[in-house]
Amino acid sequence: MSFFKKLFTREKKEELDQGLEKTKTGIFSKISRAIAGKDKIDVEVLDELENILISSDVGLDTTVKIIERIEARVAKDKYVGTSELNSILRNEIVMMLAENEKEELEDWLPPSAKMPYILLVVGVNGVGKTTTIGKLAHQLTKQGKKVVLGAGDTFRAAAVDQLKIWSERVGCDFFDKGMNTDPAAVAYETVQYAINNNCDVAIIDTAGRLHNKIGLMKELTKIRNSADKKLEGAPHDVMLVLDATTGQNAIEQAKAFTAATEVTTLALTKLDGTAKGGVCIGISDQFKIPIRYIGVGEGIDQLQIFNKKVFVERLFEK
Amino acid sequence: MFDNLSDRLEGAFKTLKGEGKLTEINVAQSIKEIRRALVGADVNYKIAKEFTDKIKEEALGTQNVLNAVKPGEMMVKIVMDELVKLMGTQSVGINVKGKPGVVLVAGLQGSGKTTFSSKLAYYLKNKKNLKPLLVAADVYRPAAINQLTVLAEQIGAKIYKEPDNKNPVEIAGNAIAFAKANSIDVVIVDTAGRLAVDEEMMTEISNIKEAITPNETLFVVDSMTGQDAVNTAKAFNERINYDGVVLTKLDGDTRGGAALSVKYTVGKPIKFVSMGEKMDTLDVFHPDRMAQRILGMGDIVSFVEKAQDQFDEKEAKRIEKKIKKNKFDFNDFLGQLNQIRKMGDIKSLLNMIPGMSKMTKNLDIDDNAFKKVEAIIQSMTPAERGAPELLNMSRKRRIAKGCGREIHEINMFIKQFDQMRKMMHKMSKGGGMRGMPGGFGGK
Ligand SMILES: Nc1nc2c(ncn2[C@@H]2O[C@H](COP(=O)(O)OP(=O)(O)OP(=O)(O)O)[C@@H](O)[C@H]2O)c(=O)[nH]1
Ligand SMILES: Nc1nc2c(ncn2[C@@H]2O[C@H](COP(=O)(O)OP(=O)(O)OP(=O)(O)O)[C@@H](O)[C@H]2O)c(=O)[nH]1
Ligand SMILES: [Mg+2]
Ligand SMILES: [Mg+2]
Repeated sequence: MSFFKKLFTREKKEELDQGLEKTKTGIFSKISRAIAGKDKIDVEVLDELENILISSDVGLDTTVKIIERIEARVAKDKYVGTSELNSILRNEIVMMLAENEKEELEDWLPPSAKMPYILLVVGVNGVGKTTTIGKLAHQLTKQGKKVVLGAGDTFRAAAVDQLKIWSERVGCDFFDKGMNTDPAAVAYETVQYAINNNCDVAIIDTAGRLHNKIGLMKELTKIRNSADKKLEGAPHDVMLVLDATTGQNAIEQAKAFTAATEVTTLALTKLDGTAKGGVCIGISDQFKIPIRYIGVGEGIDQLQIFNKKVFVERLFEK
Repeated sequence: MFDNLSDRLEGAFKTLKGEGKLTEINVAQSIKEIRRALVGADVNYKIAKEFTDKIKEEALGTQNVLNAVKPGEMMVKIVMDELVKLMGTQSVGINVKGKPGVVLVAGLQGSGKTTFSSKLAYYLKNKKNLKPLLVAADVYRPAAINQLTVLAEQIGAKIYKEPDNKNPVEIAGNAIAFAKANSIDVVIVDTAGRLAVDEEMMTEISNIKEAITPNETLFVVDSMTGQDAVNTAKAFNERINYDGVVLTKLDGDTRGGAALSVKYTVGKPIKFVSMGEKMDTLDVFHPDRMAQRILGMGDIVSFVEKAQDQFDEKEAKRIEKKIKKNKFDFNDFLGQLNQIRKMGDIKSLLNMIPGMSKMTKNLDIDDNAFKKVEAIIQSMTPAERGAPELLNMSRKRRIAKGCGREIHEINMFIKQFDQMRKMMHKMSKGGGMRGMPGGFGGK
């Protein structure tokens, strides 16, 4: 141990002693530049905006990006009074979300051309995957769709039971192979079940996994491929579930899960708490993945279609 | 993307040095970098500001960096010291004395309460020789009782449950009576996840607390939590005045700034860290390691411990013996590579080593890094793998052909292997570092 320590402290020293590199201008000074140019923007307002963004977990990089967009906009539109700044800001954030998906979704239903529609749900531990699946199954069932839930979490204690209880609450079909079975086989056979039983939708649950575990991420790729093996093009959707309380690590999650499974859509849970989930703005923008659902409670009805304007408005709520 | 803190600090210090002469403005600039980095690590922005204001004071005051020979290092030291001081300079254990001792576990949904409760039971049972009782007081989440039942069974601990009772206050109270009658040493009450803004549920948890008067109330928080950690920690503290904090999912790659936010806000010690889904992945909290982690300065101790955890004793002993006799061969080497791979993402492992993050940042390291070496070894005959000294020129040539490499690459690898073997042999005699990853010396 001491051997390693010595080795690396020496290296560190050398690195520290290396030549100079100008640090980037911080976002704080960037803002003051914005003010200097256009004397109508009030320093306090900008400071306040920045604090709001940071405290909503928007993150530094995305905050800078938003500020830059505002700068550009202000320069172009020859602006502007303080009150307008607020609406510009909101607008720009909505735009960042909107650039992935033009329309504000009213509702979501699987395209009937693809039947059965296969949806794979992934994410780190405890974010709310299984609960979101239960709620979603309920929504779809209510709209007359025949849904099957596939118990692809065969690892976490009582995971199969948990999903089964949800299927009973919803009154939809359920497919499992028990605990400690191969999740890729569960995915394959869930698709098979959906085909054989004329289901409109199959939703496959997976075990929570931290994105830095290579073995587990590979397993996810395998699960995905095995659905495709049974039905070409499946899964039609891979939904990454993010927890609104999560900070900047969500970006790493999005990166790793996208690499392993080609995530197509996001769900943001636990928005009924005080967390704002601002990190999603950057994720949605950077990875061009739209947010489709938000979770606003533990109840079966507490899943809503994501609405950009409402979401952004909420960022600014106290 | 989000550079880690050590990179940023390094950047800031370079600026400090680069200016030739240090000024207060330089210091202010580096302070700003530190603040940005803390925020990037999910430390609450207000706390980051207060913290850096303090650092600035230190840097310009008593430990004046302007006159320091190595201001960069001085700055690192100030930041580290201050951070460790904030996190609590030593580990604080839990108090489970009592007849029985009672631990109440609370926190947000999905933070890891049930898993932690079971790990704690496992820890008390195996490390402290106590008889724990797990209490299923989550009456809401589907299959919550089953989950705890399965985990209790896994670790061979007793569980108390009342599947038909929907009143957790009652269940918890009854569990204490049960524990008294059954010579239980410690009762661990696992409760449902709840939001701090859920008035009804917060009242429930404070009622549970009142009913069972725990010696330890623990607040479980996910280490990936962002800016909101402060609000939640404060709200729970106001309602249940907890004694300590449990930080979960530290096996991920989050910087874990929430740890600082929570500690700073409520001043309660972090007592445990949870680092995996398996039952034996619980550790006491080490403030210095956490400080290093938040600062992105690596966590060498965790790295070594993680290594230790992965290597089973018997195998480690066997390897050690072979090293002592200077008989470490290619099979052993392959085995070790596989072990390392099992430890998880190589890049995040490397990042635990101080100063490594900079080097690995732009490297696309994954397990392919081992592929070349593996291919070479796999092109050897079983006899060659077991006895490296067999490798003569013609054998090397055959191996090169087998794995599609140049002969000089084979030579280089064998030379490196040889050096490594010698070094390990030497070290095994000198004490210090026992064997290879099998034991970097005890904890
Ligand atoms: N308040 C609130 N709680 C939620 C929401 N979604 C899920 N939960 C709760 O979060 C906890 C974890 O939810 P799960 O659905 O089990 O999460 P998961 O991602 O399937 O967890 P693992 O499979 O263990 O990785 C449960 O207590 C849920 O009731 C939400 O939108 N709001
Ligand atoms: N990788 C990892 N996963 C963890 C850790 N602790 C808990 N988990 C996982 O996180 C998920 C949630 O853990 P639980 O123990 O069910 O969380 P909880 O707080 O009891 O959840 P609720 O009762 O629904 O509020 C599960 O998938 C656990 O296996 C940890 O330290 N590391
Ligand atoms: Mg689940
Ligand atoms: Mg639980």
